[in-house]
Amino acid sequence: MALTLSVNGQPRELDVDPQMPLLWALRDHLQLTGTKFGCGMALCGACTVHVDGQPTRSCVTPVSAVQGKNITTIEGLATPAGKALQNAWVELNVPQCGYCQSGQIMSAAALLADNPRPSDEEIDAAMSGNICRCATYARIRAAIHQAADTLPVAVTKG
Amino acid sequence: MYFRRIENLSGVLPAFEPTAFTRRTFLKLTTLAGTGLTLGAVLPACSSGGSSSGTSGAGAEPLVTPFVRIAPDNTVTVIVKHLEAGQGVWTGLAAVVAEELDAAWSQIRAENAPAQVPQYGNLAFDPKGSVQGTGGSTAMSNSWDQLRQAGATARAMLVAAAAEQWNVPAAEIQVQDGVLSHASGKRATFGELASAAARQPVPTNVTLKDPSQFTLIGRDKLPRLDSHAKSTGRQQFAIDVMLPGMMTAVVARPPRFGGKVQSFDATAAKAVPGVVDVVQIPRGVAVVARDTWSARKGRDALKVTWDESTAEQRGTPELMAEYKRLARQSDALTALKRGDVAAGFRRAAKVIEAEFGLPYLAHAPMEPLTAVCRLDADRCEIWAGAQFHTVDQANAAQAVGLKPEQVSIHTVAAGGTFGRRATPDSDYISEVASIAKATGGKYPVRLIWTREDDITGGRYRPLSYHRIRAALSRDGKVIAYEQRLVGQSLIAGTPFEAMMMKDGIDPAAVEGNAAEQYDIPNALVTWTNPKVGVPVLWWRSVGHTHTAFSKEIVIDELAEAAGKDPVEFRLAMLEHHPRLAGVLKLAAEKAEWGKLPGSGNGRGRGVAVQESFGSAVAQVVDVTVKDDRVTVDRVVCAVDCGIAVTPDVVRAQMESGIGYGLAAALHGKITLTEGRVDQTNFHQYEVLRIHEMPRHIEVHIAPSTNPPTGVGEPGTPPIAPAVANAIRAAATGIKVRKLPFDLAEARKA
Ligand code: FES
Ligand code: FES
Repeated sequence: MALTLSVNGQPRELDVDPQMPLLWALRDHLQLTGTKFGCGMALCGACTVHVDGQPTRSCVTPVSAVQGKNITTIEGLATPAGKALQNAWVELNVPQCGYCQSGQIMSAAALLADNPRPSDEEIDAAMSGNICRCATYARIRAAIHQAADTLPVAVTKG
Repeated sequence: MYFRRIENLSGVLPAFEPTAFTRRTFLKLTTLAGTGLTLGAVLPACSSGGSSSGTSGAGAEPLVTPFVRIAPDNTVTVIVKHLEAGQGVWTGLAAVVAEELDAAWSQIRAENAPAQVPQYGNLAFDPKGSVQGTGGSTAMSNSWDQLRQAGATARAMLVAAAAEQWNVPAAEIQVQDGVLSHASGKRATFGELASAAARQPVPTNVTLKDPSQFTLIGRDKLPRLDSHAKSTGRQQFAIDVMLPGMMTAVVARPPRFGGKVQSFDATAAKAVPGVVDVVQIPRGVAVVARDTWSARKGRDALKVTWDESTAEQRGTPELMAEYKRLARQSDALTALKRGDVAAGFRRAAKVIEAEFGLPYLAHAPMEPLTAVCRLDADRCEIWAGAQFHTVDQANAAQAVGLKPEQVSIHTVAAGGTFGRRATPDSDYISEVASIAKATGGKYPVRLIWTREDDITGGRYRPLSYHRIRAALSRDGKVIAYEQRLVGQSLIAGTPFEAMMMKDGIDPAAVEGNAAEQYDIPNALVTWTNPKVGVPVLWWRSVGHTHTAFSKEIVIDELAEAAGKDPVEFRLAMLEHHPRLAGVLKLAAEKAEWGKLPGSGNGRGRGVAVQESFGSAVAQVVDVTVKDDRVTVDRVVCAVDCGIAVTPDVVRAQMESGIGYGLAAALHGKITLTEGRVDQTNFHQYEVLRIHEMPRHIEVHIAPSTNPPTGVGEPGTPPIAPAVANAIRAAATGIKVRKLPFDLAEARKA
C-alpha cells in the first residue's frame, strides 16, 4: 500500500504492508539505518525514534499509525538538547560497540526536552527501557548531566 | 574469549593467498630483519569498513605499509586486524602506531584489515600468524610489538625522505604531531612527504621509543576514534550493509538442539507478499524476502516438520541433577594436582564444603548476529562483524563450494560480541553462505537473526557444577583444596580439539581455579565433561566466569572460619602472585577497606580478585540488601594490565565487564524444559538496566612498565563473587551457592 511518512522533515513515499513496523520501513525501505533493531518487542529501546516529539519504539509501531505525524530519527536529531547530548557522548567516550547508542540518545533527548535538569533517579527512570549490553550506563548518566549543564533551563515548565 | 597458542593448524585452516584486492596503489615491502614482521604481501590501498579516510591527493601516492597508510591529504590510517566490537581496538591499536610515528591524534583514522593470513594473523594464537581472529583479550598484547615496529618503520621512511629532500642528516630531523622539522627552518607534514617516503627503502632496523617518551600512549582522555560515528547513527554494522538488489533472510531452526529438517511446506510462506524464496540449508529452512518484515512473516507462515530423533531432550533440572551426580564420581580427569591433598585434609582443623550450580548464559550482543553474502561463480564476499576471520573464510568456502582464498571478508564493526561471533563452525556466516549457495547467487543476501533466534540459538556459556572442599590448619591457613568441576568442553568436538586439549583436559573448562590463583600447598582440581547436546561457547572471560565465582566465595568463607580479614587472608596466599596482591592492595586502599559506614543491617562490603588473560583485577563492592533484594551501591576496581595504552578505554572495559558480570549475577539464566529453551527475548532473559548499574564505580589502574595484557574480559569474573561476599557481610546469613542470585531461596537453604 502506498503511504507517505514525514521523516526528519521530509515527505517520504513508501509502498509497504501498512502493518510493517516503522523500524523496518525506516531501515529497509528508507535506508535510515541509524535506528537499530535489538528485540522487536519494545524491550530494549534500540529502535527509539521521536513521533511528534515523543520517544517511540519503532519496532512495535506500524507505519499506518504514524502517517501524518512528524518522525525524527537519529539522522535528523537537530534539537539543542540532541546536539548537546551528542557532544557529551563524544567527550565522555560513552559508546563502546555503539549499537544501542542511537536509541539511548533519542531517549535522552526526549528526557531533556521534558526535564532540562534531571536527577540520577529521573535519568534512571527515563532510560531504563534502553538496554546497553556493553553497560555504558555510568557514562550515559554522566553524559546526560553534562549535556544538561550546557543547556538553558526552560522557564515555562510548570 | 579463550585461546591457547595453536601450534599447527595445517589441514584445518586455509592458506590464504591475497587475490582479490584493488591494486590501485600498493607497495611491496621486504621482511624486516630481526622482528619477524613480514611486510611482503601485496596490500590493498582501500580496504573495507572501518572509519576510513580516502587516499586522495592529485597524482601523489600514499605511503602504504601493512599496518599504516599515510596519504597525501595528511591522514594516517591504521590498519586494524582485530574486530572492533566495543572494546576499543581501533583506538588502542591506532594509538600504538601513532605513538611510534609521532603523529597528531587528529590525523589518525582506523580501517579494518582484510581477512588475510599470515599478514593479519593473531600472534597470540599462533606465532606464525596462521589464524586471524580476535579473542582471549589478546588484541593489544599480540599487536604491541608488531604495531610499534610498524609505526617506527613508517616514521623512519618519512624521516629518510625529509633528509633526502632537505639534504640534512636524518638524525637532525625532529618529528612531532605529524610534522617533520629541521633546525634550518625546514618543515613538512606527513602528507607532504608521503610520496617521497613511499620511495624510500624499508629500514631493517628501527629504534623503538623508551616508554618514558610516550606522549599518546597512556594519555588520559584520548578521544575514541569511533565516538562520533557511534553517537550520530553513522557507524555501519553488518545489519546496516545495503547492496543493490539485496534480499533479507531469516532461518527457521530446529526447536531442540540436534534436530533436523524432516520436511517442510513453503506454500503459505511463499504466499506472503515480499517473500521471494524458501530454501533448505544444512541448519534449517531459510525464508528470503524483499525486506526483514516480510521474511519474518514468511517464516511465521512456514510449516516445518522436524526430525528430533537425535536431539537433546533433557531439561536443565535433569542436567543439573546429573552434574551433581557426576561431581561425586571418582573417574573424573585430573586437571591439576599439587602436594598431598589427603594428608592436608587429615591435618585439618576445619573443613569447609560447598557446592555451586551455575546456569547456561546467552551472550546476547546488542546487534543480533547478521551477515551479508554476495556469491559469484568464483568469488564469495562476506560482510560481517567477523571475529574469527580465517575460520570463517574456511567455513564459508565449504558452504559455497569454493576455495578459502576465493572468499573475502569485509569486516565491519560488531554491535557487541562477548565471544559470540567467534564460533568454530562460523554458524551465522556458514548459514548466510549456504543461503547464497541455495539461491544460486541470484542476489546478495543478508541474514538476520532475530532476538528470539539469538536467545534460543545455543552457543551458551556452559552450565556448570562445582564441588569444593577446603581445609584450614590450626593457625588459619588453607592447607588443602579440592575442586571438582563438571561442565561441557568448549573445544571437544571442534577442529581445535587436537591442538588445544591437553591430556584430555579442556583448559578453558578449568582455568582460573583456586590452585592456579593462590599459593595452596596441596590441591586437586578435577573435571568431568558431560555429554550434552546443547552447544556451548566461550562467554566473556570463559572459564573464569564460573571458577572465580566459587573460588572467591569459598576463600571468603575460609577467611571467616579462620577469623581473619578477607583482604589479609588473601594477601597471605598471594606471595607468588604479585600482580594479584598488587591490585588487591590498591583496591582495598582506594575503597578504604574495612571502614564501611553502617555495615551489617543490610549493608555489606565484599571483595574478590581474579587474574585472567594476563591481567589482574580486584573489586571491592558495597551492597544494600533489603527484602532479599540486592542493590550494588559502589564498586572500586583495581586493574593491572601492564602498560595502559588508552587508560580511558581500560576504565571503560572494567565498567563494561562489571556491568556484564552483574547482569549475569542478578538475572542471567538460560533454562531448558524437555530440550526446549524457556527464554526467548529480553523479557525472559533479563539483562542489566541503567537503574541497576552501581551509582559509583571507580577504576584504578596499577602503574606498570610491563607490556600490555588483556582488558576486554578480566573485569567480569570478580564482580559476582564480590557481590556474594558483600551479601554475606551484610549480616544476612546468606551463603550464595547459585547464580543468578535468589536470596529468598538461599536463605532457606
Ligand atoms: S528493537 Fe524496539 S525496543 Fe528493542
Ligand atoms: S554500546 Fe554496546 S550495547 Fe550499548
